[in-house]
Amino acid sequence: MTATDTPPATDTPPATVDAAPQDARPGGTRRAALLLAGLAAGLLLVALLAAGRGQVAVAPAEVLGSVLHRLGLDVGPRPAAPHGESALWLVRFPRVTLAAVVGAALGCSGAVMQGVFGNPLAEPGVIGVSAGAALGAALAIVTGVTVLGGWTVPAAAFAGGLATTWLVYTLARSGGRTEVVTLVLTGVAVNAVAGAAIGLLMFVADESGVQAIAFWNLGSLAQASWSAVGLAAPCLAVGLAATLADARRLDLLALGERSARHLGVDVERLRVRMIVVTALLGAAAVAFTGIISFVGLVVPHLVRMVAGPGHRLLLPASALGGAIVVVAADLAARTLVDYQELPLGVLTAVVGGPAFFWLLRRTRDRAGGWA
Amino acid sequence: MTGPGNPTPSGGPGLSRGRVRLRVLGRRSAPQPPTPATPGSTRIRVAGLRVERAGRPVLDGVDLAVRAGEVHALVGPNGAGKSTLLAAASGDLPAVAGTVEVDGRPLGGWSAVELAMRRAVLTQRHTLSFPFAVVDVVRMGRAPWTGRPEQAHDDAIVAESMRRCDVIRFAARPFPTLSGGEQARAALARALAQRAGVLLLDEPTAALDLHHQELVMRIARDRAEAGDAVVVVLHDLALAGAYADRMTLLADGRVRATGAPAAVLTAPLLSEVYRHDIEVVPHPRTRLPLVVPRRGPAHRTAVPEE
Repeated sequence: MTATDTPPATDTPPATVDAAPQDARPGGTRRAALLLAGLAAGLLLVALLAAGRGQVAVAPAEVLGSVLHRLGLDVGPRPAAPHGESALWLVRFPRVTLAAVVGAALGCSGAVMQGVFGNPLAEPGVIGVSAGAALGAALAIVTGVTVLGGWTVPAAAFAGGLATTWLVYTLARSGGRTEVVTLVLTGVAVNAVAGAAIGLLMFVADESGVQAIAFWNLGSLAQASWSAVGLAAPCLAVGLAATLADARRLDLLALGERSARHLGVDVERLRVRMIVVTALLGAAAVAFTGIISFVGLVVPHLVRMVAGPGHRLLLPASALGGAIVVVAADLAARTLVDYQELPLGVLTAVVGGPAFFWLLRRTRDRAGGWA
Repeated sequence: MTGPGNPTPSGGPGLSRGRVRLRVLGRRSAPQPPTPATPGSTRIRVAGLRVERAGRPVLDGVDLAVRAGEVHALVGPNGAGKSTLLAAASGDLPAVAGTVEVDGRPLGGWSAVELAMRRAVLTQRHTLSFPFAVVDVVRMGRAPWTGRPEQAHDDAIVAESMRRCDVIRFAARPFPTLSGGEQARAALARALAQRAGVLLLDEPTAALDLHHQELVMRIARDRAEAGDAVVVVLHDLALAGAYADRMTLLADGRVRATGAPAAVLTAPLLSEVYRHDIEVVPHPRTRLPLVVPRRGPAHRTAVPEE
């Protein structure tokens, strides 16, 4: 008896099958494309609106016209207001673009974190990116180091975020594995220590230092510039590409580490990859704007409610959704109070916190808990 | 190794096309797909296995051989080490001593994907962090074959697995909304969809009603008939006796007996291992062993405290 006599490969050939389970597929892809297109259109709209509002008012059509003219298309009206063109290109566009980049980075890194931890409540702040970045920035402000000129504080924030993330990850590992609970709790401890260190630095700092740290802790896009965009955007592109390449593996991780491993995922390597990517995305976002909370938490959550938990759609949709939220939030922060700018991080937290509680209860009821 | 999903060496030129395309794409060191196993060949071999938890041995000196074409039941009292043995065999727990081989190669000699093409595991707990639909969960079982010619059969295999496990009615529902038994069957469907030649099932019948217990064991039986090697952890000794080709009885982390069900399911041995007076009587019609604790007349007997 040889293998060819009785090929183990021939049990019931699944040639004919009920159509039932496949129906979700083609409709699913169309729905996904529709969602992404809708989000992209929404982002464009919000961006046009945001770029037009402010002390120099420019109509959305004129904003679009200005962009098209720059692209060499002689279409649409140019800004009518005096200094409209320069207000757009020197102040508004870098700010709106940075808002979109930062929002996309936050939304995407939030979705990745939740996938890696297998917990919809995880967010970049949990593993210490935000706190570490804030500590790095505060250190640079207090010590007055200016090795990199205007880049010193963002660079210090970036370095702090990466270092803290790496520290948390190393501390949480034992025997070549990482327990999720240990990782989260280590993140909590590191966050606490970083918070205390920032408090200490504020105690030591002079008045302008305290103000700078406080401003940074609250989150703002006021210091946006094209060079900031130039540094943050590549980080976003690399991070987004890396996460999309692992989207399927992140899906499998939802089954738990053991089962993911049984399905051929090298869980440890995936986790290291994703943590580095999150640190990159999170630190790049935080470095130029300070801490903007809840975007990484709420946006993936909302997307999951609409589009389901599959990461191939969740990641790009969360990036677009995050961009919309931050652009809109920044618009609100700039324009809600005349001649005053509300702290962006406070605004997102004020709106995001309660919204999150509501989402939490609703999803829990509907999906039957999270085990 | 099973199913139309996997090309056999005699599969012809049509099936090798996909592999050529992969090479063109420059996929480095493509995973080595399994070749069909000869019926009766040993697919899982555990030798002298010792596993420790918190410094204490939970398995010691355990040997196990599981052959293609057989259902091998692991039985024993709570804490005997059944699940630990299954976890060690699937590579979840490190061995302090001894070896675990799959298809003649130590576990560490395979990449994660290569291992996933060869063996599927059903764990006892079925957690899911996000509310994926049942059909998507079952589809996850196809992950090892992504980017390979076998992927062409994904839809058919997923549907077939769901039909076999009686979960096709729930295909579109979120997995977390299913009952425990329904989840267990959906998880089994995922493991079946993997189309691996070795199936390691940890208490697949624990949460199931009588009908579905029989259904699941029937599936295990069919997989074995088709040439797979199936390892099942079971608590129901009569169920094990009815469906298994071979049994291994574990007690206190050691193999107490191994062999055909008739040789393992004996009253003196079971009574000793389970520390309970147990009778083994043949079924009046089928002659299959029925394992029952010796009881007095119902509702009169006080259960003795241990």
